Amino acid sequence: MSENQIFINGNPFFFKEGQTILEVASEQRIDIPTLCFLKDAIPTGACRICVVEVKGARNLVPACSTPATRNMDVSTESPRVIESRRLTLELLLASGNHNCAIGSSDEKDWTAFQLGAQAHDDHEQLCPAWGDCRLQDLAYRYQVKGGQFDRVECKHPTETVNPLIMRDFSRCILCGRCVQACNEIQVNQAISFGYRGVDTKIVAGGDRALVNSACVFCGECVQACPVGALVEKKSRFAARPWETRKIRTTCPYCGVGCQLWLHVKDEKIVKVTGVENGAPNQGRLCVKGRFGFDFIYSEERLKTPLIRENGRFREAGWDEALDLVSDTFKAIIAKHGSDAVAGVSCARSINEDSYQMQKLFRAVFKTNNIDHCART
Amino acid sequence: MTEAHPVAATFVKNAVRNGAKLIVADPRKHRLVDFADLHLPLYVGSDIALLNGIMHVLIKEDLYDHQFVESCTVGFEALKETVMAYAPERACEICGICPDAIREVARLLASVKPVMVCYTLGITEHTCGKNNVMSIANLQMLLGNMGVEYGGVNPLRGQNNVQGACDMGALPNVFNGYQAVTDADARQKFERAWNTTALPDKNGLMIPQMMEHLVTGKVKGFYIFGENLANTEPDIKKVEHELKTAEFLVCQDIFPNETTRFAHVILPAAAWSENDGTFTNSERRVNRVRTASPAPGVAKPNWWIFKQIAERWGHDWPSNSAREIWDNEISVLSPSLAGINYDRIADDGLQWPCPTTDHPGTCFLHQNGEFTCGLGQFNPVEWTPPAEVPDKDYPYVLSTGRRLYHYHTRTQTGRCEGLNDLLSEETADISMADAEAMQISDQEMITVKSRRGSVQVRARITEEVPSGMVWMAFHFREGNANWLTHPAFDPDTLTAEYKACAVAIEKMSPNAG
Ligand code: SF4
Ligand code: SF4
Ligand code: FES
Repeated sequence: MSENQIFINGNPFFFKEGQTILEVASEQRIDIPTLCFLKDAIPTGACRICVVEVKGARNLVPACSTPATRNMDVSTESPRVIESRRLTLELLLASGNHNCAIGSSDEKDWTAFQLGAQAHDDHEQLCPAWGDCRLQDLAYRYQVKGGQFDRVECKHPTETVNPLIMRDFSRCILCGRCVQACNEIQVNQAISFGYRGVDTKIVAGGDRALVNSACVFCGECVQACPVGALVEKKSRFAARPWETRKIRTTCPYCGVGCQLWLHVKDEKIVKVTGVENGAPNQGRLCVKGRFGFDFIYSEERLKTPLIRENGRFREAGWDEALDLVSDTFKAIIAKHGSDAVAGVSCARSINEDSYQMQKLFRAVFKTNNIDHCART
Repeated sequence: MTEAHPVAATFVKNAVRNGAKLIVADPRKHRLVDFADLHLPLYVGSDIALLNGIMHVLIKEDLYDHQFVESCTVGFEALKETVMAYAPERACEICGICPDAIREVARLLASVKPVMVCYTLGITEHTCGKNNVMSIANLQMLLGNMGVEYGGVNPLRGQNNVQGACDMGALPNVFNGYQAVTDADARQKFERAWNTTALPDKNGLMIPQMMEHLVTGKVKGFYIFGENLANTEPDIKKVEHELKTAEFLVCQDIFPNETTRFAHVILPAAAWSENDGTFTNSERRVNRVRTASPAPGVAKPNWWIFKQIAERWGHDWPSNSAREIWDNEISVLSPSLAGINYDRIADDGLQWPCPTTDHPGTCFLHQNGEFTCGLGQFNPVEWTPPAEVPDKDYPYVLSTGRRLYHYHTRTQTGRCEGLNDLLSEETADISMADAEAMQISDQEMITVKSRRGSVQVRARITEEVPSGMVWMAFHFREGNANWLTHPAFDPDTLTAEYKACAVAIEKMSPNAG
């Protein structure tokens, strides 16, 4: 019975061989905070926010990369653990331009922030991830205000040159999730850690702009970024997370059929992310699925029925247009038979539309002249 | 695959990282080749020769799966007879892959199980498209890779809902659920369900035939829903002539495009995120689509428009939402979808066949070696060349496809901020060797011409294409490959040969070189 047993906060749980402490805990809905841990990638143990206390061990251990062992006795929120997490958070807040309410809450910091804002033009912007940031959430949870250490100034300018992704290195906490997302999940091998020590930076190729690298703009790195370092240009400052609803849908482009979350504010899609743990894509998307949504708001959309008259199109109401279609088809069929009409359905539209169109041609027009572009 | 089905490709790359072997058979050295153990840069349109060559080795060296062949298939002797004529040496003459490589591939394929074959339109968009597909099925049956998870023959569908449009009976020969229109019982069933009589009993026309009959006058009323035929069909000049001659053309779409120019009536439709509904992906998984925003102006859902027309013909269709259409009609009338309803696919979708509401769906077909028609049938096929091959006047092969940043004729992606910046015009991809021989430099404007037309387009010199090939896409009106492509079709499926035609390339001003 006691074979594979582990104690978490005093309660016994079973674990499977090879499971980490984090995996056992999350199965039991015990919340151990993580930052650098990325599902489906090999844990790096870089950020140390997930540390837990193991009875008899001298040091705290990272839950994400430490395997559960028999009769291990783990505390996930002991005073020592909390103290360590608070220190980690203080250091992270000081490591960059974390100018949300938490990172710059006292006046001294505000002045420093003002000075910083003058030095770097992009930095006066409030963090675009405000309200949607793991670091901020954890600072709140552990009541860490920042300002205990001097802020480290970031040497690397923000990259804005590509049309889709903002890379603000001043907010990067170097957790490495984007590097894992790019190399282990999408396997696009576009970004990696570069330089050393305080100069460390996530670089594309030999520190090039994304547009000049192997990057294919899948945005997996953006989805993985827990802070405001990588954000979608289209979505920046567009909405606060609590103002949006998430609607699950299916990508309109290729036959993979990726599952998307549409983040919708006032009936407008402001952002798209992948549905984690959903079939078939497990949260992954490509550039089209993630960034190809705004065509629906184009001014060029057809908004009203149009009828050609003397070589020009004029606007018409539904009744007039539908009567015209229906009457003309009636006349053609009366004169030349049902097979004088033909229809092509759409391989991009929903099943119900294609069903309805073949039903119209078969049941109403009495012809099987119905096809679609499966062949192309 | 990394361009046309990017997310599917990530799982292939993950598998390679986990130790799987990857063989890429493609004339182009694209990104996935970087991850492959073997790349087979075969000549365009020589797939059957290569596949027959591989099967030759499998049989000759006795590497095939005897047990599967004996217990689950018929027609082995005929297959053997055909492929025995494709010794690797002969296959090599046709496909350009050296005999030793063919042997190596055959041995590698026989050494592991299961092997999964994925293909896209490179296989089907040929005059021998159907034969290409049968040839792949032959190989997989010979290897005993059918009916097992992670095995089989896996076409990756180009458009998001090609699978669904087929399943829904937007085909001239079947109702939804692949029930033949020539089958009296099926007709009777649908007559009852649709509350009508005299459903037509002979197969209808396929798209290329419809288009041709616009010119002969046999087809007078043409209804195009959401397809930009004027850019996507081969030989744009011919297509435009056909559309122009239509006596009455209805276009139902979300944007004006090259095709709507020829319409007599244009009906504005609700787009993707303005509709509730379902798409069916390449794995036959039925997924939900949901409404996020209202359609602009008075644009309406497509199903609503069809219902209104039916009403004007005196047909009263009861279903009044996509959900009702699915739950009360489609799933009731399609046995393989009978177990799928909106409640069950609120989160993850279900893969058909799914005959009952307690059925979990089917993630791979032909389980335990069972095929729809009993045993698996080997259909031996002979290699045939593309309908148009390079010659003195048109010495290059033009092959076409999609690029990552765009989709089809860009009616959608062309209107998305950012995507146009990443790829703003068409290019003709040519090899370093050909560029040197023609003294063409990268990004130089060149002329590409075929017997049907010519386009001016920027040259992109790349290691991806082999010498002798020009590769283009059809995303842009300017420089669209379909000004050049050949309207030659597979005799059975009438799929056009987008993947091969003969072209010539020229510098724009002859004296500049
Ligand atoms: S967008 Fe995709 S390819 Fe580009 S760096 Fe991010 S993960 Fe890598
Ligand atoms: S996100 Fe990309 S890979 Fe996924 S369905 Fe959409 S187009 Fe295809
Ligand atoms: S989440 Fe475990 S070390 Fe970062």
